[in-house]
Amino acid sequence: MPAPGGPPQLQHGPRAAARRQRAGARATAASRAVSRAWWGKPLVFTVALVPLAVLAWRLVADDLGGDPIEALEQETGTWALRFVAITLALTPLRQLTGWNALVRYRRMLGLFAFFYATVHLGIYAGLDMELNAADVVEDVVEHPYVTIGFATWLLLLPLAVTSTRGWVRRLGGRRWNRLHQLVYVVAVTGTIHYLWAVKKDTLRPFTYALVFAVLLGWRVWARRRPRPADRRAGEAAA
Amino acid sequence: MLIRKASDIPASEITPEAVYIDRRRFLGRAAGMGLAGALALAGCDAGDASAAGRTRESGGDVVGGAAGGEGEGEDEVTEERRVTEYNNFYEFGTDKSDPAENAKDFRTRPWTIAVEGLVAKPAVYQLEDFIRPSKIEERIYRLRCVEAWSAVIPWLGFPLADVLRRAEPLGSARYVELTTLYDPKQMPGQRRALLDWPYTEGLRLDEAMHPLAILSTGMYGKTLPNQNGAPLRLVVPWKYGFKSIKSVVKLRLTERQPATAWNRANPDEYGFYSNVNPEVDHPRWSQAKERRLGEFRKRPTLMFNGYADQVGRLYAGMDLRKNY
Repeated sequence: MPAPGGPPQLQHGPRAAARRQRAGARATAASRAVSRAWWGKPLVFTVALVPLAVLAWRLVADDLGGDPIEALEQETGTWALRFVAITLALTPLRQLTGWNALVRYRRMLGLFAFFYATVHLGIYAGLDMELNAADVVEDVVEHPYVTIGFATWLLLLPLAVTSTRGWVRRLGGRRWNRLHQLVYVVAVTGTIHYLWAVKKDTLRPFTYALVFAVLLGWRVWARRRPRPADRRAGEAAA
Repeated sequence: MLIRKASDIPASEITPEAVYIDRRRFLGRAAGMGLAGALALAGCDAGDASAAGRTRESGGDVVGGAAGGEGEGEDEVTEERRVTEYNNFYEFGTDKSDPAENAKDFRTRPWTIAVEGLVAKPAVYQLEDFIRPSKIEERIYRLRCVEAWSAVIPWLGFPLADVLRRAEPLGSARYVELTTLYDPKQMPGQRRALLDWPYTEGLRLDEAMHPLAILSTGMYGKTLPNQNGAPLRLVVPWKYGFKSIKSVVKLRLTERQPATAWNRANPDEYGFYSNVNPEVDHPRWSQAKERRLGEFRKRPTLMFNGYADQVGRLYAGMDLRKNY
């Protein structure tokens, strides 16, 4: 019987089982080692801030092209989508490699998705629309790509708020899991927002669509295969 | 080499009469309005020593429109690097920085321009011969992109009307169609079917004959950079920027309204006329405001990009919402 959270069952027989057990034990040992590494979270936190730091630097250096505000909007938006993708990639990665430690970073990375989305919204409302409430309302109401963009941020909000352990306890594991499945909707609506915003070159939005199709499709596929059920609270449903 | 000198030759003797007469229409709002100076560039591909009459009007202000005193922000000439490093020229890629990077080796010589269609004098010209009969002038125009950003650019060029008059349009000619070079080997963007290549644009004949419409060979006192549409491009300042077709190789006079690249790509979003109009939104975004490159705050967009006095009469009685 493979170690909990170990690699998926791909072969049968006692030899394979033994191999799996050793691999699972190694993986668990390795992930336990990383779990013990105190520098893990600060490192990820710092690295996740680098895109913002680079943008700030380029803004100051006037290296954002002819329309810096538009460039800031675009970059923060794509980073928000990227962090959603990174967050969604953790579970498949974990199940492929057996590295449970990856799960430790899911909340932080998810919150960074919300962070970049909020900066994106802030730049839109504050710099692009110049805090003109009437313009913003008109834009959200009349222009579908803005509507769906705003809706995407609104969907991320409860996920950010309930990201703490306290909320997991309050809601109970199963309800919390259900709520956080909203991230799948965010992936879809965020990509549509991007797709509807570009003028003509839909290559990049469709690339994200492909990435999310793989990440979400993987979960559908993984659910269909028989494997030991994972009932640990806080684990997102695969 | 750029030569500017105050001339003792009165402008009225040098400037073609139509332009001179129209200049009176350009004048007439707040202080300092006037047709920007006429310059001949010595040593540039367009000029030769026989380009007589180097006059330079003082002022060099934005042609026409409602700059300054209306409280809508001044019309300062945009910093050159912003205009040369931020381009929509999909033949060279769709990122704004792509054309400057990818057009570095674009060959603009030899360059031929065909004038064909419903004209009495069709011909194929070498670029130098095409330009020689005209006097290059500096025109400082606003340019407003449909994406809601804009710039003020000192173009160097000559009226499109010059070329059309020389070709002698037949009575049946109603429109001018212009075409960009098609060369996927040099233009990597043309290897994707993002737009229908080659890029085509068109104007109604009276729009094309309007003195504001120019064929440009330079900007900021120099030859056009490749990414800005070298060696020859159209500038129609009262329309959205995509109408100002770049790297032109053909002009054709037609009876029927020509198909235009963006209208074919997205007919709901880009019309034939595409006059700058703050009252008619793009289906996906508002056209009421724009951001001037290099400026932080947005500014209100002006009807016909501020050239309403000069071109409004072309559209008298037209429903500009239908004819977007």
